[in-house]
Amino acid sequence: MARAFLLGAWEFLVGDDWPTALGVVLALGATAVVASTDVAAWWLMPLAALVLLRWSLQRRARSLARRRLDAPS
Amino acid sequence: MSSSQLSLVASVFLASAVEAVEALTIVLAVGTTRRWSSTLLGVAAATSILALLTVGLGPALVLLPIDTLRVLVGALLLVFGLQWLRKAILRASGLLARHDELAAFARESRSAREAALPTQSFDGYSFAIAMKGVLLEGLEVIFIVLTFGASQHRVPLAALAALAALLLVIAVGLLARAPLARVPENTMKFTVGVLLTTFGVFWGAEGAGASWPGDEAALPLLALAIGACSLAMVGELRRQRARVEPSSGATVEVS
Repeated sequence: MARAFLLGAWEFLVGDDWPTALGVVLALGATAVVASTDVAAWWLMPLAALVLLRWSLQRRARSLARRRLDAPS
Repeated sequence: MSSSQLSLVASVFLASAVEAVEALTIVLAVGTTRRWSSTLLGVAAATSILALLTVGLGPALVLLPIDTLRVLVGALLLVFGLQWLRKAILRASGLLARHDELAAFARESRSAREAALPTQSFDGYSFAIAMKGVLLEGLEVIFIVLTFGASQHRVPLAALAALAALLLVIAVGLLARAPLARVPENTMKFTVGVLLTTFGVFWGAEGAGASWPGDEAALPLLALAIGACSLAMVGELRRQRARVEPSSGATVEVS
């Protein structure tokens, strides 16, 4: 029951894109580290979000292109 | 109303409207093909569960320290928002087939007709399909209501925005008596994806200890920047697609 719940929650939140979820956690950690110094840290999260989005899109686009090429015509 | 409250209402309203349109398609398909009484019972059961979740989890979330809450909500919204945005960009660029309510309605109706109709008045199939459809679509709405609402300590306002969207979709659905196929779902999903990502970035960074130049005044600029970059990514994917398959209009169906 607990396992099914956790699997459902994982699927709901993360779906098929765990590298992006991991990237978000790492970016938040990096922001916390930079914020604890005298350097401004606000720019890190927007940059990370856009890099993660583009990376995720490229991976998904490649996988979709492979699916189309493999599909019988 | 402040800009962050307006953004809260807009984000929750749009996200709820998109999910309500998809849930309405399932409910209409099952209800018109089989039995309305059991279908509406399923809708009522799912709505009750969703309301209980909001009432139960909302006050509990608000008790968390604000920085902990914002970093948690920021991370969740960002992961969720990037998923919405990725799907909307892939659809806008033509790599994924757009969601078609009429096709979804035809699919659900076909499945509903193929399942055997019971002799007694209660139809378990209609109940289960309607309940599952409303619950699954509604969970995304509840997630957005709770995260947005809790971060601004305005769960009731977020819940009202969701309820307004739901009532609007039901009213239009009743008038049209058909799936709402002309709703620009992908544009709405794209906008919601941009808003979820914007708030995820804003609250996540703030919760992690960063200070935004101009505080909440940074939100509209952040949304514009994320929206513009996302549109640029649509253009980039379209050009890539045109280079790889110049004569093909093929898309992959993903629900």
